[in-house]
Amino acid sequence: MTPSRAFDAILADERRSAMRGAALVSLIVLACLFSLWATGFFDAQRFAESGPAISQLASEMVPPDFSRWQTWLRPLADTLAMSIAGTALAVVISLPLAILAAPNTSPHPAVYFVLRTLLAFLRSVPELILGVLFVAAVGFGALPGVLALSLHSVGMVGKFYAEAIEHVDPKPLEAARAAGASDMQVILHAVLPQVLPQLTDVTIYRWEYHFRASAVLGIVGAGGIGFELMAALRLLNYDQVSAILLSILACVVVVDSIGAFLRKSLK
Amino acid sequence: MLSVAELEVTYANGVKALSRTSVSFERGRFIVLLGTSGAGKSTLLRCLNGLVRPTKGDVLVERRGSIFRSTRTLREHRRQTGMVFQQHHLIGRMTALENVLTGRLAAHGTFRTLLPLARADRILALEALARVGLAERALHRADQLSGGQQQRVGIARAIAQRPEIILADEPVASLDPETAVKVLGDLHRICREDGITTIVSLHQLDLARKFADRIIGLAHGQIAFDGAPSDLGSSVLDKIYKVSSPALLEAAE
Ligand SMILES: Nc1ncnc2c1ncn2[C@@H]1O[C@H](COP(=O)(O)OP(=O)(O)OP(=O)(O)O)[C@@H](O)[C@H]1O
Ligand SMILES: [Mg+2]
Repeated sequence: MTPSRAFDAILADERRSAMRGAALVSLIVLACLFSLWATGFFDAQRFAESGPAISQLASEMVPPDFSRWQTWLRPLADTLAMSIAGTALAVVISLPLAILAAPNTSPHPAVYFVLRTLLAFLRSVPELILGVLFVAAVGFGALPGVLALSLHSVGMVGKFYAEAIEHVDPKPLEAARAAGASDMQVILHAVLPQVLPQLTDVTIYRWEYHFRASAVLGIVGAGGIGFELMAALRLLNYDQVSAILLSILACVVVVDSIGAFLRKSLK
Repeated sequence: MLSVAELEVTYANGVKALSRTSVSFERGRFIVLLGTSGAGKSTLLRCLNGLVRPTKGDVLVERRGSIFRSTRTLREHRRQTGMVFQQHHLIGRMTALENVLTGRLAAHGTFRTLLPLARADRILALEALARVGLAERALHRADQLSGGQQQRVGIARAIAQRPEIILADEPVASLDPETAVKVLGDLHRICREDGITTIVSLHQLDLARKFADRIIGLAHGQIAFDGAPSDLGSSVLDKIYKVSSPALLEAAE
């Protein structure tokens, strides 16, 4: 084959793979458009009719009514406590499960498989559903909220912990083993020191998330500021709704900056 | 005295790394293993503390018998056997002192080590660091030390165990020649002072000649030479380092 013929072949190959790429992208775009259509997004009439309702709502939301701010302090503090308690519980349960769910520290492949499945299951049950169930089980208040948050989070946190453990450098583990360390000592003194920064990161991120999530959990009766939010919505006090949303936003900003500070100083 | 009897290792992938090897290592000697890449040096060393389970044969210790008798005997043997690795095997984000303290773990029960180790252990670890000239680096992170210093921390970790035996697998292979002599010199001096039996695999003949009491040459998973450094003539070196073996010659035909 002459060089130019060979180059032609390469260029033809290149064109073919570009075509394949273009076909894939068009398919994805089509799927997006179809989904928007199927959910009614292209129904211009509905939007046109809803315009006045939206502007009505918006006008009722401003100015926000902060007159009852004192009655929100306690629920906001409850929400904060729920987020911290939920995180603590999630960490305490997640760590041992993660050790069993990481292939390099799990005592047996069957244990590893069962644990991975359990974590995936916990992850797949939304905390709102867990909230409804726990409210039914232990009654209204912050407790069902904490239980719902932590149980759902175990699925998530446990998975992240297990993945961090899975990717540790095996060499220090071997060194500890060679020095006569027991399996438990290897985990405590060669695995955990390596993953501590990642575990801290995941935990703080999860705490930030818990604060936002526990605000929502109040809606199903699981305590905190969400409870107040729901009450205001029921009474159609939209100016109070917007005031509560703004208060939550302020707290989220504070929690996130505490989180960022912790992350930096625990490095 | 440490010895291996009829030791044979075949890895899961079918590679036979050691075939029917019997040899004993006298107390307090500095013994060097030589051999080309793949000769079986690491395999032999790793059998000596049970990191690799022999397919056949046994590893025996004076008075205690087989190291594989039970999990307890294996741990007990490992507690008395320090290991120095080529890539030092340290935890980068821990301090030199913390890394050396992992050598003290086996001296305590698992639950005891949940708490910080006692002052006595810390002093032992600091002494070990001082003996390799790194006492003032004790609180530096391991990943902020130079390669030679990291390897010294690895040696300190092994001697902090107060071992009877030290196994070192190419401890100076990733160091420049000058540092290599110094680090190996440190190891040699400490093992002499403490009467530790030391088995070191090396790729540098000059270092082997300089420090070894006895040299064992491995070729194709078998002992091809066993004697004093002064007996290490060119015909012996040929035997150790020549690539050709009956099996390879057959394959080539
Ligand atoms: N974990 C393992 N699994 C499978 N085969 C292995 C394993 N470790 C070593 N081998 C093989 O066993 C043989 C001996 O290897 P070994 O590591 O003992 O050699 P070595 O003398 O230490 O070599 P080097 O000087 O390169 O470190 C080689 O053929 C190697 O490929
Ligand atoms: Mg090797």
